[in-house]
Amino acid sequence: METTKEVPVLEPGHSYVSVTEKISEIPLAKVRRMPLAWFAGFGVAFALVMLFLFAVTNLFIRGVGLFGINIPVGWGFDIINFVWWIGIGHAGTLISAILLLFRQDWRTSINRFAEAMTLFAVANAAMFPILHLGRPWLFFYLMPYPNKMGLWPQFRSPLVWDVFAITTYMTVSFLFWYMGLVPDLATMRDKAGNIWLKRLYGILSLGWRGSARHWHHYQSVYLLMAALATPLVISVHSIVGMDFAYGLIPGWHSTIFPPYFVAGAVFSGFAMVLTLLIPLRKLYKLEDFITQRHLDNMAKVMLGMGLIVAYGYIMENFAGWYSADPFEIFNTVDRYIGAYAPLYWGLIFCNVVAAQLLWFRRVRNNNLILFVISILINVGMWLERFIIISQSLSKDFIPSSWHLYVPTVWDISVFIGTIGLFLALIFLFLRVFPAISIFEMRELVHKLKHHGPDGKSPGPSAAD
Amino acid sequence: MTIDSHEEGRPLDLASFRQQLATRKGREYWRSLNELAESEEFEEAVRQEFPRQAVLLGSLNRRDFLKVLGASLALAGLTACVPQNAGKILPYAVPPEALVPGKPVFFATAMPFGGYGQGVLAKSEMGRPIKVEGNPRHPVTQGASNLFMQASILDLYDPDRAKSVTNQGQPSTWDDFVAAVGAAAGANAGAGLRILTGTVTSPSLAEQLNAILAQFPQAKWHQYDPVGRDTVRAGAALAFNQPVDVHYRFDLADVILSLDSDFLFREPGSVKYGRDFSARRQPTQSDTPLSRLYVVESSLTLTGSNADHRLGVKPSQVEGFARALAARLGIDAGGAGGEGVPGENWLDALAADLQSAGEAALVVAGERQPAAVHMLAHAINEALGAVGNTVVYTDPVELSPVDQLASLRELASDLDGGQVDLLVILGGNPVYSAPADLSFAEAMPKAGTSVYLGMYADETAALATWHVPAAHFLEMWGDIRAVDGTVSIIQPLIEPLYGGKSPQELLAALSGQGTASGYLMLREYWQANIAGGVQPTPSAGEEQPTPSADETQPAPSAGGDFETVWQQALSDGMLPNTSLAATSAPLQVNLAALPGAAAAPNESLEVVFEPDPTIWDGEFANNAWLQELPKPLTKLTWDNAALFSPQTAEGLGLQEYDLVELSLRGRSVTAAVFIQPGQPVGVVTLSLGYGRAQGGNVLAGTGFNANAIRTSEAPWFDSGLEVRKTGGTYQLVTTRDHTSMENRNLVRSATLEEFMQHPAFAQEGEGELPSLYDPVQYPGHAWGMAINLNTCIGCNACVIACQAENNIPTVGKDQVDRSREMHWLRIDRYFKGSPESPEVFFEPVPCMHCENAPCEPVCPVEATSHSAEGLNEMTYNRCVGTRYCSNNCPYKVRRFNFYKYVDDVSEPLKALRNPDVSVRSRGVMEKCTYCVQRITAARVQAEVEGRTIQDGEIRTACQQACPTNAIVFGDINDANSQVRQLKETPLNYALLGELGTRPRTTYLAKVKNPNPAMVEQA
Repeated sequence: METTKEVPVLEPGHSYVSVTEKISEIPLAKVRRMPLAWFAGFGVAFALVMLFLFAVTNLFIRGVGLFGINIPVGWGFDIINFVWWIGIGHAGTLISAILLLFRQDWRTSINRFAEAMTLFAVANAAMFPILHLGRPWLFFYLMPYPNKMGLWPQFRSPLVWDVFAITTYMTVSFLFWYMGLVPDLATMRDKAGNIWLKRLYGILSLGWRGSARHWHHYQSVYLLMAALATPLVISVHSIVGMDFAYGLIPGWHSTIFPPYFVAGAVFSGFAMVLTLLIPLRKLYKLEDFITQRHLDNMAKVMLGMGLIVAYGYIMENFAGWYSADPFEIFNTVDRYIGAYAPLYWGLIFCNVVAAQLLWFRRVRNNNLILFVISILINVGMWLERFIIISQSLSKDFIPSSWHLYVPTVWDISVFIGTIGLFLALIFLFLRVFPAISIFEMRELVHKLKHHGPDGKSPGPSAAD
Repeated sequence: MTIDSHEEGRPLDLASFRQQLATRKGREYWRSLNELAESEEFEEAVRQEFPRQAVLLGSLNRRDFLKVLGASLALAGLTACVPQNAGKILPYAVPPEALVPGKPVFFATAMPFGGYGQGVLAKSEMGRPIKVEGNPRHPVTQGASNLFMQASILDLYDPDRAKSVTNQGQPSTWDDFVAAVGAAAGANAGAGLRILTGTVTSPSLAEQLNAILAQFPQAKWHQYDPVGRDTVRAGAALAFNQPVDVHYRFDLADVILSLDSDFLFREPGSVKYGRDFSARRQPTQSDTPLSRLYVVESSLTLTGSNADHRLGVKPSQVEGFARALAARLGIDAGGAGGEGVPGENWLDALAADLQSAGEAALVVAGERQPAAVHMLAHAINEALGAVGNTVVYTDPVELSPVDQLASLRELASDLDGGQVDLLVILGGNPVYSAPADLSFAEAMPKAGTSVYLGMYADETAALATWHVPAAHFLEMWGDIRAVDGTVSIIQPLIEPLYGGKSPQELLAALSGQGTASGYLMLREYWQANIAGGVQPTPSAGEEQPTPSADETQPAPSAGGDFETVWQQALSDGMLPNTSLAATSAPLQVNLAALPGAAAAPNESLEVVFEPDPTIWDGEFANNAWLQELPKPLTKLTWDNAALFSPQTAEGLGLQEYDLVELSLRGRSVTAAVFIQPGQPVGVVTLSLGYGRAQGGNVLAGTGFNANAIRTSEAPWFDSGLEVRKTGGTYQLVTTRDHTSMENRNLVRSATLEEFMQHPAFAQEGEGELPSLYDPVQYPGHAWGMAINLNTCIGCNACVIACQAENNIPTVGKDQVDRSREMHWLRIDRYFKGSPESPEVFFEPVPCMHCENAPCEPVCPVEATSHSAEGLNEMTYNRCVGTRYCSNNCPYKVRRFNFYKYVDDVSEPLKALRNPDVSVRSRGVMEKCTYCVQRITAARVQAEVEGRTIQDGEIRTACQQACPTNAIVFGDINDANSQVRQLKETPLNYALLGELGTRPRTTYLAKVKNPNPAMVEQA
């Protein structure tokens, strides 16, 4: 703990002005002064978006038969990606809402970015329940809308709970993110040179003038929103977990899923934040704002969540054996030695073994290793979903129906395509909005200046 | 392109199989060889993780899939080219009798199959025939059917059927044909006229042929059926010195021995045999003791799968076995002592069992076996006293029994010698199906003019001068005799879709009668031959198998005018009392004088040809239903394969899906290897009907042509087969599983002895599971089904019946490979025991209609729900296709339209659909409905008549088709219903009942009846 106290959440020497300049210059930079890496990154991402659009168009025209799914395995990459993206979308709300409530200073410089990432991840995730439908044009059947025939969704089905959970989560995440942006948008409005930019930011900032009244209302609403968003972090992935826990397929039929899915979601969400932030702070030279302290803290959260996930794996195996149910036992053994065993051991390696390196401070402070571990965890969490969904389905009760699931080029195209869409949105976000909350950083500058560095300060409550 | 995860390329390791079996605990069923060596298979699968990725782009064209889906897109337009009668469309002023829109009309007719008539009842909806069932009044089918009868309806509407008369490949007209052929026929008193037919049992056709032969005395009539019964005829001729037909009474037999006879599938009477056989496989009916079936066979067949004791031998060894058995039974069979005969350890116990059964014993010789084996079987039956009881002799049903191979050989040599000016081929596609050594394809063009009457533009049509489209049996008038002699009337339900002609009409043109009406010809024939009441009996004792005058003798009038009799015949689909009476046929030969069989050297590989279990001899090769139907034992679809036993394959270093060159007598064919448990060692089986070159889009590119190495000397088996690996592989597609049964209690079985001791063995450890909820009450009807595994013979008729009834699409080989086949009802096949001689079990699996259906609560849109009568219903309109229901179904009986599988482009297929069942489009889940349309129809009928639905009134399509009554449907609330009574037997058990799903479909466990003496011995 010594080290983390020594590394500040903001490198010394920053003033209100330097913070504002540094952050706002990223979106306001002239095109020719933008880093080349942005163009390269956006170019690749955009090409992948085109791949995605091509694949999805084809999918809508020809049908889900393009995917590798079959009769025992009705869900493949489509639902795996859905669960994976939803999981990634958990970091943002956790960082911004829960850490806000816990008054963790270190959240300040990463919350904006994490929230944006959440939003884009959830947007990606929300597409899959529609893409996976046999008749996607009828997706609205899942919504409770009034109709002449008096038909409602089946409220007993976890898929309907999913619809509610995801739409709620998406709405709240968006509102929370946008609210956080409002004072900064006003700053951007004030700093923009171009009249059209001024107008754009002006409209988006909803007439924010920074009056004391504004700030008073703003702070209370922001806190309330945080309180509102917090249970959603738990609920969304619990419900996604119930999609499987509700089923009676061996490998699905397990009460541990809701908490285990939530831990996994936070795990993968933090991994994704790290995956994105480590190159980003280099690219935009934001090491002063996103310090080693942030990376260290996130790594610790990952380690904690990783241990919960590991506990989940252990309990899953234990329950498989303890159930004395031949189908469960078979499924458990099939994970060890069946056709998908490499994926299972891969996920154990990525999520359990690799994560243990985070016990070491030197690993947490080595950005390259941290970056690699974060990628491994992303991969591992994806594999976990593959094992839970497709491996369980491939060999259930009656062996005559068994069949392996093997993805097709379309499964892969859609998957890569959504990664492209996600990255493209991230790049656009970096170009258009301040990636770090300017006003909260100014607050931080104030706090550090007047209340001393973190730990020795009288604490935020005394500062108010 | 491989899109499947078949574990392939693993060398066989018999030692590991045996070890697996030895160490196996609990339930010992297994489904495929790969599962026996589990660990290796797993490793293999690991190594092949994502084996498809490299070739994924190949799936883009999905050629095979499209071939089926839009097979006839290009040809669909041609239907418009057939000139239709110009006519005005007017509403009926006086509607046709019995035509009520929405109400089906049933017509009794007959399906010609292998020359014999199968009595069927065809269902017509507003003038469109849509379903074929067995005719309940017909003595052979008795309301049951087989897969060919069920699938025949698809042939009627096949968009690939020939649509116009062609002359040298150019479109022509029937009138031109009549003019041309009428002139050609009479030249030279018919010296150059040759007529080739299949087996003829039609009295009117025979009369026509005889009239032509009388008119043109130099003309000749030849008969050839690729799946002919020459050996049966020859065996009878050898034994009795006269043509005799042999009929079996399996319902009277206590002990049955099959000498390479697949009587449950291959015999013309197999539907009846299946029913009779199953009547004696009911362990819960104490009044009918279980029969015992011994099978000695050279290939794993349906009959062998249903045996209590099965012995796989080389085909050439069956004769030796029969001789040895005859010797044990005290018949002097030419000094055969049974030395070195396979199954020596069987002989004493078997002989004792047969002897103790006496007149209730039955020995059946197979069509594959030579005349000597048939003769031995006759002798054994005679010696046991079975003749007159389980074996019945009649005069031949065929009107002119000939040695068909000799007949075809003669025709081929006449053709070769240039003696044929006009060759008329009435169906049969001999260019494809003739044995290779006759070189029929080279000989046929040497005829001056050739005329081919065939449904498809196939190989024979391509070589024929004139090709006349043949009428489907549902489009024509005719008559045909069933295997028991019953004269069955073929009547049309629809005008010929493509101007097809019946053989009778073509022959009329040949004999100068121009365009005669098939109906009038038939009517006139019977008017002349009967006068109310009929007893046509062909005179027996035809010494010379030459075409002869029609033997049908009109019987004296039994009163009533012709019209009454005729109308009754049309209504019943047959002429009453025309089955042949039993005759006595004394054995007339000295067995001892028979030459000993020339046993093939033991090391030599032998090849066995058999009619394909789904497409027969190629007649149904363009039938997508049958192509996609998993073959009962291999579970192969869309292909045949060279079947090897595990041991033989291991010895030759072959692996599954290897391409091998099979060489026999200087000819060769390339085929893919498939390893079949139960296949006798040293025997390679290749089924007929595949490897076709022409004749439709569906058959293109399927399988391997067995006729390329089949000769007229050895049409059914031969030795000296050489196998050479070509180095290539071929993707065969099966619907079997990949790994083991994992000791799951899915099929339950016991021996009779065990059943006597523990009648409730199937229900061990089962009981009502506790629940927090009150049980749901079903106060009205509660539909349920019982499937009797004792009588299910695995024949697949139910699968096709379901497909026909419920508008189930086919998906193509590529999609089957991806495990996307659409059959609502599948038949699971399990093996038990060693890979060399396993026991086989069949288990049909439709939707279980669980009372606690796991599929229902998970559907987000409530597209699958429960009815008040306990049906699990699908609402297609509401389904959005999440597939959650299928994922959560423990039985995996739900089927999903991954693409738009239904062919709604081909015009003719539109008429095929059952109007009572929705056609499902892309993205919709579907599954067995218990034929809810039939339930509804019965309910409406009952309400109209003010009564309740009676037991047996509703029969599901699978139940109706089942030849063995293995499927029983009904109201389980009705204490007297048959289904309730079956469910109350101790054999009743629920599949995966431990999950608490409370399935409405339950099974009756299988009880086998092995010979205790042989069990001890083993």
